[in-house]
Amino acid sequence: MTSTQYRVIGSRPVRHDGADKVTGKAIYTADTKLPGMLAGFVLRSPHAHAKVVSIDTSEAEATPGVHAVVTGKDFPNVENKMADLGEGSVNLAYLSSNCMAQQKVLYRGHAVAAVAATDVHIAEAAAKKIKVEYEVLDSVTWVLDAMKEDAPLLHDDLVTDSMGDKAENPSNVPVHLHFEKGDAAKAFEEADVIVEREFKTATVHQGYIEPHAVVADYNEDGRLRIWTATQGSFTARQQTAEVLQIPLGNVLVTPCEIGGGFGGKITVYLEPTAAILSKKSGRPVRITMTRADVFEASGPTPGSFMRVKIGAKNDGTMIAGEAWLAYDAGAYPGGMIGPGCMCVFSCYDIEHAVVDGYDVCLNKPKTSAYRAPGATQVAFATEQLVDELAAKLGMCELEIRQKNAVKEGSRRVDGPVYPPIGLEECLQAVQESDHWNTPLEGPNRGRGIAAGFWFGCGLKSSAACTVNSDGTINLLEGSTDIGGSRTSIAMQLAEVLGLEADDINPMVGDTDTAGYTDVTGGSRVTFATGMAAYEAGRDLQQQMKTLAADLWDCSADEITVGEDGAFTGAGKTVGFKELATELFQAGEHLVGRATVSPECPTNGFGAQIADIEVDPETGKVTVLRYTTIQDAGKAIHPSYVEGQLQGGTVQGIGWALNEEYFYKDDDTMANASFLDYRMPTMLDVPMIDTIIVETGNPDHPYGVRGVGETPIVPPPAALANAIFNATDTRMTELPMSPPKLWKAMQSKQTSE
Amino acid sequence: MAPQSVSEVVAVLSEHGDRAKLLAGGTDIIVQLREGLREADVVVDIKKIAEVTSFKYCDENGLSLGAAVACYNLYEHPQLSKLYGALADSTHIIGGWQIQSRASVGGNLCNASPAADSIPALIALNATAVIAGPSGERSVAVEEFCTGPGRNVLENGELLVSLQIPAQGANCGSAYERFIPRNEMDIAVVGVGSWVKLADDGTIAEAKIGLGAVAATPLVAEAASASLIGKEPTEETFAAAGELAKQIATPISDMRGTDEYRTHLVGVLVKRTLTTAVERAQSS
Ligand SMILES: Cc1cc2nc3c(=O)[nH]c(=O)nc-3n(C[C@H](O)[C@H](O)[C@H](O)COP(=O)(O)OP(=O)(O)OC[C@H]3O[C@@H](n4cnc5c(N)ncnc54)[C@H](O)[C@@H]3O)c2cc1C
Repeated sequence: MTSTQYRVIGSRPVRHDGADKVTGKAIYTADTKLPGMLAGFVLRSPHAHAKVVSIDTSEAEATPGVHAVVTGKDFPNVENKMADLGEGSVNLAYLSSNCMAQQKVLYRGHAVAAVAATDVHIAEAAAKKIKVEYEVLDSVTWVLDAMKEDAPLLHDDLVTDSMGDKAENPSNVPVHLHFEKGDAAKAFEEADVIVEREFKTATVHQGYIEPHAVVADYNEDGRLRIWTATQGSFTARQQTAEVLQIPLGNVLVTPCEIGGGFGGKITVYLEPTAAILSKKSGRPVRITMTRADVFEASGPTPGSFMRVKIGAKNDGTMIAGEAWLAYDAGAYPGGMIGPGCMCVFSCYDIEHAVVDGYDVCLNKPKTSAYRAPGATQVAFATEQLVDELAAKLGMCELEIRQKNAVKEGSRRVDGPVYPPIGLEECLQAVQESDHWNTPLEGPNRGRGIAAGFWFGCGLKSSAACTVNSDGTINLLEGSTDIGGSRTSIAMQLAEVLGLEADDINPMVGDTDTAGYTDVTGGSRVTFATGMAAYEAGRDLQQQMKTLAADLWDCSADEITVGEDGAFTGAGKTVGFKELATELFQAGEHLVGRATVSPECPTNGFGAQIADIEVDPETGKVTVLRYTTIQDAGKAIHPSYVEGQLQGGTVQGIGWALNEEYFYKDDDTMANASFLDYRMPTMLDVPMIDTIIVETGNPDHPYGVRGVGETPIVPPPAALANAIFNATDTRMTELPMSPPKLWKAMQSKQTSE
Repeated sequence: MAPQSVSEVVAVLSEHGDRAKLLAGGTDIIVQLREGLREADVVVDIKKIAEVTSFKYCDENGLSLGAAVACYNLYEHPQLSKLYGALADSTHIIGGWQIQSRASVGGNLCNASPAADSIPALIALNATAVIAGPSGERSVAVEEFCTGPGRNVLENGELLVSLQIPAQGANCGSAYERFIPRNEMDIAVVGVGSWVKLADDGTIAEAKIGLGAVAATPLVAEAASASLIGKEPTEETFAAAGELAKQIATPISDMRGTDEYRTHLVGVLVKRTLTTAVERAQSS
């Protein structure tokens, strides 16, 4: 598959939205202005956990300039019903009360009321006049504390579901997962070496630059129009309709350009509130979050506690694995524990393994997806243990990974057997890389490697292409474009039709115009929406064959379409554009369409190499060199693949070294700003080198695998391994920030 | 409003009391007003006043630095950046280019943040603050200027006009260094400014060390400074001074670091800034 020569695929055309983005013309949600539009302001809980005794909005409502005030009372009652959101599902009652608190606030930042006024300052001043009487309750923000029997309970009616068995008494643990293969206990007895450790990771945020924003316009006729920054317009439509209990078809969601999401812009936060404010005031309403709101009230990714154990034979074969994982769910059930359990041993062919996972509610914002959600935490644990195993066995850390790497036919602990995958090829690429083969010299320096995995999903996508009279194409699809997907989708259509990328004019449609398309998430867009575009192209070709047969007076079966998209039949060969023009002149105009819903994961594997230097006096880590290697299946637009690899890696470096939700004694966040929530700046990371491996995915016409998520998985582990090699200190807690690393090095020195 | 003279400013301040706020570069005050951390009825721009926006150096009196002179003027100045190494170091790391082209040293001092980057440098360089008010002018040593986080000695009607920083002879050198977890966009976890004057035999004749972010106000490390006098500038001497400096640090634990870590950093940074200051003195 990889040997195929493509014309468009693998080239690097300028992205279709490039000019708009660099000239500032692209329209983001906060740029949307409607006549008579009001500004909304959301009043949020100052407490981590409290009963809402009463809310008095009278003074706010009487403030000049105020047009509407909403509280939980204005939200319809929704029962405990699960709604499928494509990538995961959600309990509507929880979704609704996360948008606007009902009887209780469960984290600082939880919305309790909102005001719409002629400007945001009036709205804010009025919101501050709302009198909320709270009865403050005990709170809990550490996962193991929240699991204790006497922990403050977030939900009185929540009982643990343990693989279908319901517990009797309420707790903060909605779900206990258990996966097993083989006989782990016995295998540990047979192991020659065993490594085991406990690990902790802090809550971290996606840190997208654009805060959540929405404009809602509720019409007299019951039609609701929404402009929003979302990763999925159709899921935003569904969630909004369900929370408001209005017919799905009454809601139109227009996805605006989006300034990053990384999984954090799938759940709705502001849409229902803006809609109700609009309904009450009869005017369009815009709400934008502040950065503090984003940190405190959107969806970060779980903090975790993990205990992981691996056993191996003297020849380096890993034979036994055991993991006990507890992840924050945040205020409501439904965290990332599932993928955590599935990913903990996903890179290694371990015959016997047992995994227990707990989803734990606590007084933090409800967690959300973040690039390979749940996988980075477990990789931090497992990939360090693999290094320790190698050291105990006197093996090279790369060799032990190569020896145990999963391949076609390996079975994961949660059941699935891998189709052809590319981990071995990625590790081979490590071995052959310039980075790996360049010795790292100098004091306080170390190199570390780690592998990573993310499923990559298929889900539903649609594409429609209208052929213009000159043979160019307007491509309509429904995937909000976060990483250049318009172009990578258009390129697949161009390839199949024998056109150039700029013959295609891609457009991300709203929910009234585009065919149903699931979220931009799960590394699925270039794979699945690309596949839909490919199929739409095939549909066009099929129609054109039939029409050309009439025109050329031959049978459609006689007409063939070449690799270059040209049609051959009745003794002639005609290119796509030429035939399209000819057909148009003959009175035929063409629309191709396709819907796809591939069910197979695309299985993205990667490996990374990190060189670092530690300042022994301060514990500060400098990343000297970094290489990210990933199996892309087939890189449609290599620059965008490289961009995904670099971006994911940098986010992983931030997660590893400095990022954390820092909680005060009262369980409120101390650092809800980009000043003190320390994401890496351009001065904190070197240029990330990339190596794209292409093993070809048999489930996609061009062999594409999703690439967006895997790159964030290895960095904390690779850096921890590098830090160990530089300092002889094992860091089992994230972030490995200067005070923590310094302290760990100190403790090690004094204990020696 | 933007008065043309110091006396006009004094008049406005006297009239409005703390409902009037001065605006130099505005990089603190505009943010504080917008975030509701401070409130004002009148904002007085002082950048139209020549005394406050100019600076001059002479070999006898040293540097007279107008309170509103923006940071870049110092680190971009070929002569001053050499003479006042610590000030060049600190002005070069206050925010990025955009901030440095507005933010002033005077504003940094008046804002009185315990972690302000220029204050330990000013302390080390023995600067004095020249203050104008309803009852005329007075001078205050920089180490006595701040009285608590966000508070200073200025009384009703008073403003900072300039900073007087002694002339730097040959054999003088200074340096400022802060520790931050990233390489940009952070508030000092600890900041240290050090100044030394070397005797002809190469030993340390005079020294002064200023510390930031380890107490409610920036501090002078007196015992540490005194311990250097008459000593050879060696690593051991610097480390010993670092240990003494640590003794006066009373930092808090917060998201930027624990008290233990901050205290430790004092020792590290005293050593590092003294090393640089001596190198600069030796090469000047
Ligand atoms: C993005 C960003 C990054 C920053 N980075 C740093 C940093 O790295 N290190 C650091 O130390 N600071 C930093 N700061 C804070 C700020 O830039 C500095 O403190 C700066 O030096 C303030 O100077 P200014 O001229 O802008 O002061 P202004 O904001 O104009 O004034 C500061 C305060 O002093 C008062 N004031 C000003 N002039 C006088 C006067 N002559 N007499 C009496 N009172 C006066 C004002 O009323 C106000 O209260 C940063 C700020 C921003 C926005």
